[in-house]
Amino acid sequence: MATTNLKKLSDMPELLSGGHAACPGCAGPVAIRQILLAAQQDDVYVVAGIATGCMEVSTTVYPNSAWRVPLVHNAFENVAATISGAEAAYRSLKKQGKYDKKVAFLAIGGDGGTYDIGLQSLSGALERGHDFTYICYDNEAYMNTGIQRSGATPKGAFTTTAPAGKVEPGKRQVKKDLTAIVAAHEVPYAAQASPHRPRDLMKKVQKAVGIQGPCFLNVLSPCPRGWRYPPDQSMQMCKLATDTCVWALYEIEDGKLTVNYKPKQKQPVRDWLKSQGRFRHLFAPQNEYLIEEIQQDVDRRWQRLLALEAMDKGQ
Amino acid sequence: MSERMALTGNDSAAYALKQINPDVVAAYPITPQTELMHKFAAYVADGDVKTEFVTVESEHSAMSAVVGASLAGARTCTATSANGLALMWEILYIAASCRCPIVMPVINRALSGPINIHCDHSDTMGARDAGWIQLYSENCQEAYDNTIQAVRIAEHPDVRLPVMVCLDGFILSHTLESLETSDDQTVQNFIGEFERPDNLLNVDHAETFGAFALQNYYFEFKKQQADAMVNAVAVVQGIGSEYGTLTGRPYDLLEPYRCDDADVVLVGLGSTMGTAKQAADDLREEEGLKCGVLKVRCFRPFPGEQLCQALKDVPMVGVMDRAISFGLGGPLFHEVRSARYDAAGPMMNFIYGLGGRDLSLDDAGEVFRTLARAGESGRAEPTVSYVGVRE
Repeated sequence: MATTNLKKLSDMPELLSGGHAACPGCAGPVAIRQILLAAQQDDVYVVAGIATGCMEVSTTVYPNSAWRVPLVHNAFENVAATISGAEAAYRSLKKQGKYDKKVAFLAIGGDGGTYDIGLQSLSGALERGHDFTYICYDNEAYMNTGIQRSGATPKGAFTTTAPAGKVEPGKRQVKKDLTAIVAAHEVPYAAQASPHRPRDLMKKVQKAVGIQGPCFLNVLSPCPRGWRYPPDQSMQMCKLATDTCVWALYEIEDGKLTVNYKPKQKQPVRDWLKSQGRFRHLFAPQNEYLIEEIQQDVDRRWQRLLALEAMDKGQ
Repeated sequence: MSERMALTGNDSAAYALKQINPDVVAAYPITPQTELMHKFAAYVADGDVKTEFVTVESEHSAMSAVVGASLAGARTCTATSANGLALMWEILYIAASCRCPIVMPVINRALSGPINIHCDHSDTMGARDAGWIQLYSENCQEAYDNTIQAVRIAEHPDVRLPVMVCLDGFILSHTLESLETSDDQTVQNFIGEFERPDNLLNVDHAETFGAFALQNYYFEFKKQQADAMVNAVAVVQGIGSEYGTLTGRPYDLLEPYRCDDADVVLVGLGSTMGTAKQAADDLREEEGLKCGVLKVRCFRPFPGEQLCQALKDVPMVGVMDRAISFGLGGPLFHEVRSARYDAAGPMMNFIYGLGGRDLSLDDAGEVFRTLARAGESGRAEPTVSYVGVRE
């Protein structure tokens, strides 16, 4: 049986080895280690695809690879299509009696490769109903190429292509709600998770892997370089994101939404913004109105989630 | 057992794909490739093939999916035309670099813009540096034969490269022709089983495919690809000859037609070579002009050595290009001329047929006459000219 018992998991062999080249404090490998451990259990083997991005360039520098599961990297925008081909090959070879193992297919991409350039490929693979789990590690910008804005960058954040200047306050647009876009494909399972709550994340991975059809996990992945905070604070960033409801932990299973974490005391978004250098300029007098706007955006999205949950429960 | 069938170019390629019976086909519709995939989808719907048919949302995803499937150990095919091939462009290089033996009929069509659905070779000429083998077909029989041979060529251990089987849009794809087909078992015996032991589904031996190779390794990957392309020359010849023994239709890199005593020879690709052969016959008979034709079947790898040999005694050579490399002239012309640098006589380049404009027998005859006049006067000018265009 698949387990999320941390002690048992800690005795299992790591599937993403150390020695890779991710930046100190990067949350990406933390999340991927949890995801691989959760997905590959018992008689289920993981075959993963990865989009071009931080995790790809830092873990697969030839002739080395940190991956102890089979991995394919094709290009930036096509990990979902690539894995749909591998999954089709698997179905074909199984049908012909040429292959007998049980495989869980993972497609992994950053926010650039998922929210933006890979959205079409993802949408196509979801609609076709391949049996795979797509995992987006969302660090909220094109970090690998030098912190450029993406569709996942939140309003007000400083990036190198939407910098805060004399007349511009950083990114003016709100973050795209990708999980909702994915859910609109009527997939059997879509969820948001965070590596600071490993049990929740791993349970979601196991659910997704166990469900037949396309599943989706959006995982918050704080980036010390791009967000401008000390590298030992990544898990605190995750916690703060969920306590301020900037990042909600929820899942949509068979169309029913459940919020998995509701902070007892919702912290003001100001605390979140203060913790990171990318938002520092918002505290200048001419930009402070944005903090209120951001709070309103967060509140509106959070209330909508709670309302959807209540509606799905028939309350 | 062979059977004579009436098939269009699209049908003949689809029928070859049915007999190849790939594990995975991923495709996206584009005119004039569409009917090929309609036909194949019907084979899938009727259970005539074991193929998983992935109906992707774009050609970019079609090529991405067949790369994923090929790396997972599956025999894979797709097909496209023009803008579809252009959309695949990024992944064409990756398919070749990952040494995926994908077979792809390309139904040649002009690239936009202006948008046009008819034949020229601007699509596959644009992909000539992508690391794919390119075979061009003169008729539907060759489209069928090339598709079957492409599997063996692509999967040959000395090659392991993807192959484009090019056939002219509409001129072949939508034209009914009587052709010989082999039976399914003969085709299966000829192509054999596909095996790629190092694959994604080999979970007991986890490997990383498509790794990040920097200054210290990238060049070696490319050199291996270049070597495989060199190896492909003998493989294309060997398989063409083996196919000849099997079917009575041998294939080589080039097909010379009445070149031995020719004063003027036209070099070119695809269906126009049929027109050129007819024009050569007519002019020999009616005007006593000794015309020959040299058809380039295999454009990548480029058979430069064989081409020089075939043209060595020809006083005047013309090259027909159905594509333009803007600012240069025709791509085939420049490759032929470059191959003949050491032994070259004068040569002329004729750009024709862009966007599906017909090249008539009269046009082909006039090209031969132009070459003959240049041969007599010793002045091969202008180097590049355009056949049948309004100035």
